[in-house]
Amino acid sequence: MNLMMLLEMAASGFSDRVAFTNGTDALTYTALYDAAGQAASQLRNGNDAHLAMLDVSSLALPVALFAAAWAGKPFVPINYRLSDAEIDALLERIAPCTLVTDAAHVAKLADREGVTCIESEAFLQAARDGQQSVAADWSMEQEDTAVLLFTSGTTGAPKAAVLRHRHLVSYLLSSVEFGSAADDEVILVTVPPYHIAGVVSVISAVYAGRKVVQLASFNARRWIELARAERVTNAFLVPTMLRDVVAELDAQGQEGIPSLRALAYGGGKMPRAVIERAMQLLPQVEFTQAYGLTETSSTVCVLRPNAHRAALVSDDPAIQRRLTSVGQALPGIELQIRDAQGRALASGERGEIYVRGEQVSGEYVGKGSLLDDAGWFATRDAGELDDEGFLFLEGRADDVIVRGAENMSPGEIEDVLLSHAAVADAAVVGVADEQWGEAVAAVVVLEPAVEVDAQELRNWVKAHLRSSRVPRDVFFAEQLPYNETGKLLRRVVREQLATAGDVC
Amino acid sequence: MAELKPGARFKSAVCETEVVVIAAPEGELQVTCGGVSMLGEGESADSDSQLAAEAGGGTELGKRYTNAAGDTELLCVKPGDGSLAVGGETLVIKGAKPLPSSD
Repeated sequence: MNLMMLLEMAASGFSDRVAFTNGTDALTYTALYDAAGQAASQLRNGNDAHLAMLDVSSLALPVALFAAAWAGKPFVPINYRLSDAEIDALLERIAPCTLVTDAAHVAKLADREGVTCIESEAFLQAARDGQQSVAADWSMEQEDTAVLLFTSGTTGAPKAAVLRHRHLVSYLLSSVEFGSAADDEVILVTVPPYHIAGVVSVISAVYAGRKVVQLASFNARRWIELARAERVTNAFLVPTMLRDVVAELDAQGQEGIPSLRALAYGGGKMPRAVIERAMQLLPQVEFTQAYGLTETSSTVCVLRPNAHRAALVSDDPAIQRRLTSVGQALPGIELQIRDAQGRALASGERGEIYVRGEQVSGEYVGKGSLLDDAGWFATRDAGELDDEGFLFLEGRADDVIVRGAENMSPGEIEDVLLSHAAVADAAVVGVADEQWGEAVAAVVVLEPAVEVDAQELRNWVKAHLRSSRVPRDVFFAEQLPYNETGKLLRRVVREQLATAGDVC
Repeated sequence: MAELKPGARFKSAVCETEVVVIAAPEGELQVTCGGVSMLGEGESADSDSQLAAEAGGGTELGKRYTNAAGDTELLCVKPGDGSLAVGGETLVIKGAKPLPSSD
């Protein structure tokens, strides 16, 4: 099994159709296949063990991803927002490597031992200009590593997740039908290459035959302009991006995005107000929420368009509530909720989410596979399933606050705080407490030009939840710390509270 | 007869069809296209092989072909005129499960 098998099929099925464009330049499926072969041939001439990429999305991304698969070298996308020291530490772990990167990093890293730097533009140009005769001779060994992804490190130092060809091919075969995109389908992709959604979006679009328009750095106004200009039909956004798009559409007060048919979102918690407003502003759009992890080759659960609609029109609270779920397991994926002792729990009971399936890797460099004997992966996410298998996330298992003998999820308290008109954003964490072990602390961002005091917010929580959930401490802040894909960094909130005692 | 290991590639001896094994039971099995044994890596066709008329349904690019038991699955990576069979059982196209695009 090899990702190249998927591109080979696409090249023979869709040859001269445009596969990727950045608005000014484009690669057809045939051109992408040929360029991947030329770049693979270059890679094989050297002794580098990995092909790393440290740059925003560009036409060089699909060429590098497939060239690495062809040459049998793991592809390692690296976060370009990291500091020089952090980047250096990651490069040390994958040296010797070829590094495709921007001009600024080429200048900084040109002399670094074990790293062969090439500027993204030059890499792409060389791949397009190459004249080598290249055989379709990629390895079909399914255990070969396709991608190494450094996990975002919301809970400590980055780990290198191993995704083998069999994991990614299995995900593709079970979730995407070959050539299923209509001729006029165009997806606007703005997730960065170093995120699992960025990697998988390349492969999914190629296999479906869906043209990709790349937007290297997200900005809501530019995103909307491009969606209109390129007649975009499909898109994926993380919650913070959708929030910005909704705000921009509201500000423009115009007709929305007429060409858009399907919008998928995921990667973090979606505030209910944002998705409801998005559904009102874009009434023709089918919304799909995806939940997945790097270690599971991306999506394992989807909340389908019909479930979105049903939740919006239903009078049944159990169905309405599903709009805040991440949906049901994909075919070929099993979910289980377990308690702290590892016992499987019934629906409606909260515990840690376990997942099993062909696409689930659960393996890190240097740590081996973390799957249990029966193939289950512990996600470290907490949640519960309802009677029909809809999964409700309750934050990270490590984020659960233990007050006295009572376990409580920060997400539940945050939801209540967010439902207060004056609250723009909220984070809830556990802080040390002499009497209870842990106490509830809330950091709140207020809407502009609104005033509300801590006691009013405590009363608000008390009116909606049992009294143990009422925050002992309420702090006000200008903003909360998020990573670039919209995941709240509770670890950072906790650290700020511990060191400063207040984050105002 | 051949071992159908996941990832193994087979070519038709009588048409353009090529398949990759996605899943199959362990052990030696006969995989045919157009009624004639398919060729594994490095094997070549007898010059007198001909497509059997009753096995001329054809293959489609990107379709997955499976048996009734569901334990054998081949992915068509190049289409051709012959139809596929494993152990004498003709394989059929595995129905697509409509899923919304999530990425």
